Amino acid sequence: MKAREHILGKIQRALEVDPSHDAARRRAVAERLQRHGRHTVPARGQLPDEERIALFRRMLEAVAGTTGRVTSRAEVPTALAAHLEARGLPLRLRRGSDPRLEEMPWERAGALEVATGPAEDGDTAGLVYAFAGIAETGTSVAVSGADNPTTLSFLPEEAIILVDADTIAGDMETVLSALRTRYGTALPRTVNFITGPSRSADIEQTLLLGAHGPRALHVLIVG
Amino acid sequence: MDVTSPAFKENAARALDDAQLQRALGNIRHGFVEKRRVAADALPEFEQLRDEAKAIKDHTLAHLDLYLEAFCETVEARGGTVTFAETAYDARRAVLDICREHEAKTVTKAKSMVSEEIELNRYLKKKGIAPVETDLGEYILQIRDEAPSHIIAPAIHLNRDQIEADFRRVHTHLPNERDLAEPATLLGEARTILRQKFLTADVGVTGANFLVAETGSAVIVTNEGNADLTQSLPKVHIVVASIEKVVPTLEDAATLLRVLARSATGQDMSVYTTMATGPRREGDPDGPEAFHVVLVDNGRSGMIGTDFQEMLRCIRCGACMNHCPVYHAVGGHTYGWVYPGPMGSVLTPSLVGVDQAGQLPNASTFCGRCESVCPVRIPLPKLMRHWREDEFARHLQPRAARTGLGAWAFLARRPRAYRMLTGLAARALSLAGGTKGRLSSLPLAGGWTKHRDLPAPAPRTFMADWKARRGA
Ligand code: SF4
Repeated sequence: MKAREHILGKIQRALEVDPSHDAARRRAVAERLQRHGRHTVPARGQLPDEERIALFRRMLEAVAGTTGRVTSRAEVPTALAAHLEARGLPLRLRRGSDPRLEEMPWERAGALEVATGPAEDGDTAGLVYAFAGIAETGTSVAVSGADNPTTLSFLPEEAIILVDADTIAGDMETVLSALRTRYGTALPRTVNFITGPSRSADIEQTLLLGAHGPRALHVLIVG
Repeated sequence: MDVTSPAFKENAARALDDAQLQRALGNIRHGFVEKRRVAADALPEFEQLRDEAKAIKDHTLAHLDLYLEAFCETVEARGGTVTFAETAYDARRAVLDICREHEAKTVTKAKSMVSEEIELNRYLKKKGIAPVETDLGEYILQIRDEAPSHIIAPAIHLNRDQIEADFRRVHTHLPNERDLAEPATLLGEARTILRQKFLTADVGVTGANFLVAETGSAVIVTNEGNADLTQSLPKVHIVVASIEKVVPTLEDAATLLRVLARSATGQDMSVYTTMATGPRREGDPDGPEAFHVVLVDNGRSGMIGTDFQEMLRCIRCGACMNHCPVYHAVGGHTYGWVYPGPMGSVLTPSLVGVDQAGQLPNASTFCGRCESVCPVRIPLPKLMRHWREDEFARHLQPRAARTGLGAWAFLARRPRAYRMLTGLAARALSLAGGTKGRLSSLPLAGGWTKHRDLPAPAPRTFMADWKARRGA
């Protein structure tokens, strides 16, 4: 506690504020936190629906992600089995208990083994259902919890994210507002903004994929 | 980290003669500059976003006490704890106490410059806790027992063959004849080794790019995903961040993120941007059970209200060093402490004292490229000039420099004498430069001409030329 008082006191003296006559500053801060106003939002993502989705895919593909699209949730299991097969990966994946995932007809995917729970060492593919997408940068936004455990996006060799087409926003601010509407100021433990597969350029600035996180990222757009 | 900034000149001489280093530094000149330019050009709003980024930081710094209070409140409301640390010692001690409270033996770490500043690794090791750096570049440096030479590309001073030699030296459990010729195989080896560390660590330590007062979140950005494994697998997540990282709202963080990645690596967005808020919630199957934030002052509050307050806007993107001709020539280690390049030349004297680091603000050509690319528009050359004046006023400069500057000041106040002498000097130097127009050595300026030629001046000074033309 003493360190906190010292540091805050030093800052106040440096700013020449008198803590007992500080109502105006306090009001300014409270208002800014209340209002959480937006700054300039780039025009790039402000597009009609289909163009926005096309931008999302283009941006993600530009950073070595791959994308696909299905028209309904019922098609997801077979699309995922086909994707894993095409990538030469074992026909298994792990997912959380998101009701949207629970309701899918997994039996249609034939040999695909589906485990649930947080990621484990040795998992080859992890599946999460995103909260939203951001077209501006090709970013998927996932939130932690039993529905979609965070580790599924980081530990497996391949990360697969489902994004509902109607949640793909033009810009980050729209998604921040949606998070606030859904969770108030009590955000989930982790909100992940994911833009492509893991990479490093630490050896001679050579770009390499699959540093610690997944070597590949596939985003399947639903709808 | 020991401060070797007083030996800047010797460090620089060594760096200029180091062929390996010079080869590695070429990667900066060619990579970062062009990538930033392309990314900035692709976003028409970029310059406006820089103005807004600056304004966000200025507003926050003017209300820093209040935003820190607000941040503490929201972190605690989400079940986390905040510890303030006045000094580097207090900060590393706070981390140790948390580790001990959770009986930790191993700690994984994601890249964090402030943890370098507080010398966390050395301290934890001394206290019997094994820290493991997980960022690929930082891991390489840890096994070499070296400091980072760049704030976002810590191992930029190394070449592939050096890294191969280190891996062979340290990873002795692997077959000697394995092929490590490609960067990809080096990465694969590090990935396998670090995977086990991630899975077994007791505590994960990360830095933070931003702390959001509104939500109590730490915003942590990486491309490798190592910060995410560091914070989601162990049972404890400790965020070590300096006090000026706080911003008011999520929207403020969004604007800063837009300029951060573009300025740093030329990406529109880094691969992983993570908002971490408190420990895992009821029902969460993964994530840490405890969430601690250690807020480090270590000299920063003393910069507020001074000329150097502007330096606290810095978001550690690295653009200023990527564009700095001095950094290009001598690399990061030459600067002798944690923060290299132009931002280090301003920050280091503030944090370790101008008596120790007074040489750094002098290591500048004042070309202004750093300021022109700084996403939060920090007037780096102006601040370096402030340090020079401060150093001069405090009689900290070497005698030759003082005498030289004193003589110059004497002449500058006497225009006629100044013109006469500069006119003479210009003629003499121009003659000495001959038809090449270059001087490869010059009395009293051996330090300059040892590694490059001095362009010979025009035979007449500008003033003389102007006068002649007007007369004509
Ligand atoms: S001073 Fe500016 S350019 Fe340099 S690291 Fe800081 S924010 Fe980036």
